[in-house]
Amino acid sequence: MEIIFKNVTHSYEANSPLEGLGLDDVSLTIHDKKFTAIVGKTGSGKSTLVRHINALLKPTSGSIMVGDREITSETNNKNLKPLRKNVGMVFQFPESQLFEDTVEKDIMFGPMNFGMSESDAKESARKMIKLVGLEEDYLDKSPFDLSGGQMRRVAIAGVLASNPETIILDEPTAGLDPVGRKEIMDLFKNLQEQGRTVILITHNMDDVANYAEEMVVIHDAKVVASGKPKDIFNDNKLLKNDILTLPRSAVFAQKLAQREFSFPQLPITISELTTEIKRQVHGD
Amino acid sequence: MNKLILGRYLPGDSIIYRLDPRGKFLITFYFIGIVFLANNVVSYGFLLLFVLFSVYISKINLGFFIKGLRPMLWLILFTVLLQLFFTPSNDPIWHWGIFTLSTDGMRIASYIFIRFVLIIFISTLLTLTTTPIEISDSIESILKPLKVIKFPVTQVALMLSIALRFVPLLIDETTKIMDAQRARGVDFGEGGLMHRIKSFVPILIPLFVSSFSIAYDLAIAMESRGYKDGEGRSKYRVLSWSRRDNIALAVMILITIILLFIRSY
Repeated sequence: MEIIFKNVTHSYEANSPLEGLGLDDVSLTIHDKKFTAIVGKTGSGKSTLVRHINALLKPTSGSIMVGDREITSETNNKNLKPLRKNVGMVFQFPESQLFEDTVEKDIMFGPMNFGMSESDAKESARKMIKLVGLEEDYLDKSPFDLSGGQMRRVAIAGVLASNPETIILDEPTAGLDPVGRKEIMDLFKNLQEQGRTVILITHNMDDVANYAEEMVVIHDAKVVASGKPKDIFNDNKLLKNDILTLPRSAVFAQKLAQREFSFPQLPITISELTTEIKRQVHGD
Repeated sequence: MNKLILGRYLPGDSIIYRLDPRGKFLITFYFIGIVFLANNVVSYGFLLLFVLFSVYISKINLGFFIKGLRPMLWLILFTVLLQLFFTPSNDPIWHWGIFTLSTDGMRIASYIFIRFVLIIFISTLLTLTTTPIEISDSIESILKPLKVIKFPVTQVALMLSIALRFVPLLIDETTKIMDAQRARGVDFGEGGLMHRIKSFVPILIPLFVSSFSIAYDLAIAMESRGYKDGEGRSKYRVLSWSRRDNIALAVMILITIILLFIRSY
């Protein structure tokens, strides 16, 4: 499903003294089956943007096309289930959404809301718990007896269990240890390679460089750039205006460039960096 | 949740904002008390003018106050209609079964309406111009005399300020959890009554869990910063009583005298 934003503006608490602009005339296309990263400073409008995709927020003006479904300010709150089934959303610190007395029931909650039969939902729960890297015997435990990282995995499994075509991730690895981080990110990359659209909100530029194929930069409620990560990280204007920071590999390359190295385009991943260094040291 | 205007703070700056919160707090309750002194057109008109004047000098849009009436509309209508049709009278204009419409009834109904408007406006004015923390500080200082009967004033004040501090946080948390469950297919406010009640379980349980964990973390953090039992602590936020607060009190006394005068006149 391609997701197209057409001149979307969203203001919180419109027509009250507390009015605040969340999105300002955003036009944007998020391509089907791609891994898109959305970056920007805290409060720039990233979360507001993605909440429009499954109609948790509706635009004040403009429209969003999700597949062949249009969301405008007049969209009714009824009949949103098919949309929400197709757009799975992992919120920031998703462990706070757990509530059932067993992990299995919690994972089954979403699929059953979307009309999956109980036996199918059970089957899906069993598959998902393994997918997120937990043993099957966790299914009978209470989610509140788990560690924070395990709860996070269970919550992610609960979103994936309804088999959404598009997965939105709002900083899914915030507060995880380095190993857990990599595992979870690899999991999402795998899901995308199996034919899903993944939209990732993150502050971690290394994740953007390593996983994303497309990138959207938001600043002050406006989209200021979108395209391939490599092109955007080489855009001096964005870096100079302090809207964007670089991945570690690119920072390192910049330091090397002050010596006898030169990079026509900044390498953004470690492997790109090492190939480039090897090439320049050995001179081939 | 966004509809409720009463109980919210609106940042701003005007003479009302600069009044001492203790004074404002007392004046609000005092005013609600003296509203019941009014008994005729002139006294109600006088009070209405006073409240409108206060709204005017607070520099807050009057429309905002009128919007604040909306959640209370049914209560107001119900009470006013009750008064309108059930006031016994010797010369009714219209009579049908148990319903009686009379000039007395109309008079009393309109008084009740104005009384509602007055009370809601003045308390909205208090909360719009006073931060929650100022309100809890003023409650602490007003309750201070209760120390004589061993009432734990400082602990209650701390409880209040923590509770008030966490209201916005819990509202955020509730919205977030609701969004998360909506994304997992919950429809709030759809289906039969039992279904609707059940659909709140996925919000309430996470909310309880996170409240307890917030409380636990906060308690540890407070202890590690040297908090023991609330006694013997100094105060950082000091309220200062100034001349304009005296004037405000004087105005209230003047209003009471005028009311008493109009009432007996």
